[in-house]
Amino acid sequence: MDGQDGDCEAATPMTYIKKLKPHEFSIWKNKSPLLGQLDIELTERCNNNCIHCCINLPEYDDARNREMETAFVKDLITQTADLGCMTVRFTGGEPLLREDFAELYEFTRRRGMRVILFTNARLITPEVAGLLAKMPPGRVVEVTVYGMRPESYERAVGRKGAFAEFRRGITLLEEYRIPFIVKAALLPCMKDDLAEFESWAHTIPWMDKAPGYSMNFDLRSRRDDPAKNARIAKLRATPEETVAMLSRNPLYLKSMKQFCGKFMGPPGDKLFSCGAGHGTCVDAYGKAQMCMGLRDPMTVCDVRAVPLKTILEELFPAMRESAVATSPEYLNRCALCFLKGLCEQCPAKSWMEYGTLDTPVEYLCAVAHAQAHYLGLLKDGENAWEIAGEDWRERVAQFTRDDAR
Amino acid sequence: MVELTPDMKCAPSEDVVARMIEDELIIVPLVAGIGDMDDELYTMNETGKAIWSRLDGEKSLRAIADDLATEFEAPPGQIEKDVLGLMTELVQRKMVVVR
Repeated sequence: MDGQDGDCEAATPMTYIKKLKPHEFSIWKNKSPLLGQLDIELTERCNNNCIHCCINLPEYDDARNREMETAFVKDLITQTADLGCMTVRFTGGEPLLREDFAELYEFTRRRGMRVILFTNARLITPEVAGLLAKMPPGRVVEVTVYGMRPESYERAVGRKGAFAEFRRGITLLEEYRIPFIVKAALLPCMKDDLAEFESWAHTIPWMDKAPGYSMNFDLRSRRDDPAKNARIAKLRATPEETVAMLSRNPLYLKSMKQFCGKFMGPPGDKLFSCGAGHGTCVDAYGKAQMCMGLRDPMTVCDVRAVPLKTILEELFPAMRESAVATSPEYLNRCALCFLKGLCEQCPAKSWMEYGTLDTPVEYLCAVAHAQAHYLGLLKDGENAWEIAGEDWRERVAQFTRDDAR
Repeated sequence: MVELTPDMKCAPSEDVVARMIEDELIIVPLVAGIGDMDDELYTMNETGKAIWSRLDGEKSLRAIADDLATEFEAPPGQIEKDVLGLMTELVQRKMVVVR
């Protein structure tokens, strides 16, 4: 027996048991877990009807009848725990719309996994807050904010009375001392509320950094509503607005120097140079997606038919390995472009926009070029894919070592 | 604070979950007040694992120590000290309950 390192005489408090904070969590030693975190979309339905949302369905939509039943979600969670996964993220739609949310939450926690909850907070009731207080999720609740006053909030979410419910939810989280953070959708109707939002965010004790914003909104990720796509496109921040927003953060330049030092360079013709398929997001109907955005039916696997372990060990790696771009546009641009790290172009975005995995997304290309121009990586009128290897390497090296900026 | 004796019986608390991952025993607190923070996890060394796996609320701590002494061919007195040391710590941390 080894009280500590074979010395049983040295048995003192904390000899046998060691505290692990999440960032110290090193049980996986020199390898990665098969599944570090499972994302589950419990429903695509939502009590909001946000003007920019890429996925929401009405609260009482018939889709409810096709959603994963409670027992199936529990089986999925059990499979996840058996893989050694430590974290489950419940998202949607609005996950609190599920009548079995409390049951699924408690089941997940009792399998020893921590829970991340994405919510608009409108359905945080005393019962939900009480549950989260009694059995803490282990990770902060993440609340998306759409406005700081009824007019702006309800213009964004399309529901009368929603702002009061959101505020009540936040008050309950505060009263029950549930750790939460806030993030915002930077819609036109939110812009006048920005200063107030940031002042408030600053007072939330669990906010350890500036709030995150979504502003380059995705089109409908099931490609189900061309009319709404046209409206979403108009709500997106322009490339210039995106740069202005990002560069407000005093840490932006420093973080971009570190980032660009690691992640720039042409991706070539391999489509999945991202993390897609190294984990999974299971949609509301039991389909495992390679990432939260990629819903192309050709790339999803049915968890009702194939065990999660097989999907992660065999099917997704095979898809990652075999997927190469064939579109000439992609091969002549994205495949050669050194801004790959800055650009959000990926198979999921391409599919949402054009229904293929390899069509360059013009909007994202423009956003990446605007950022690169701001950072001094590109000159006026230059296309990043036309910059030769030695040249872009030198530009990136100069940017990362430039202390004057 | 409860003074533990070898005749007592202990069991894992329902307020924690024990998981074996990559041959590590991970203790996940489920309720507030077990760790110092809500997101902390705990792991145990080999001694701790061997003792924890025998906690069933039925065997006394002495019986567990005797069982371990036989398996590891170690002096029972020393093993009993280990068992009581760990149990004291885990009871304080509300990870184990005395039956």
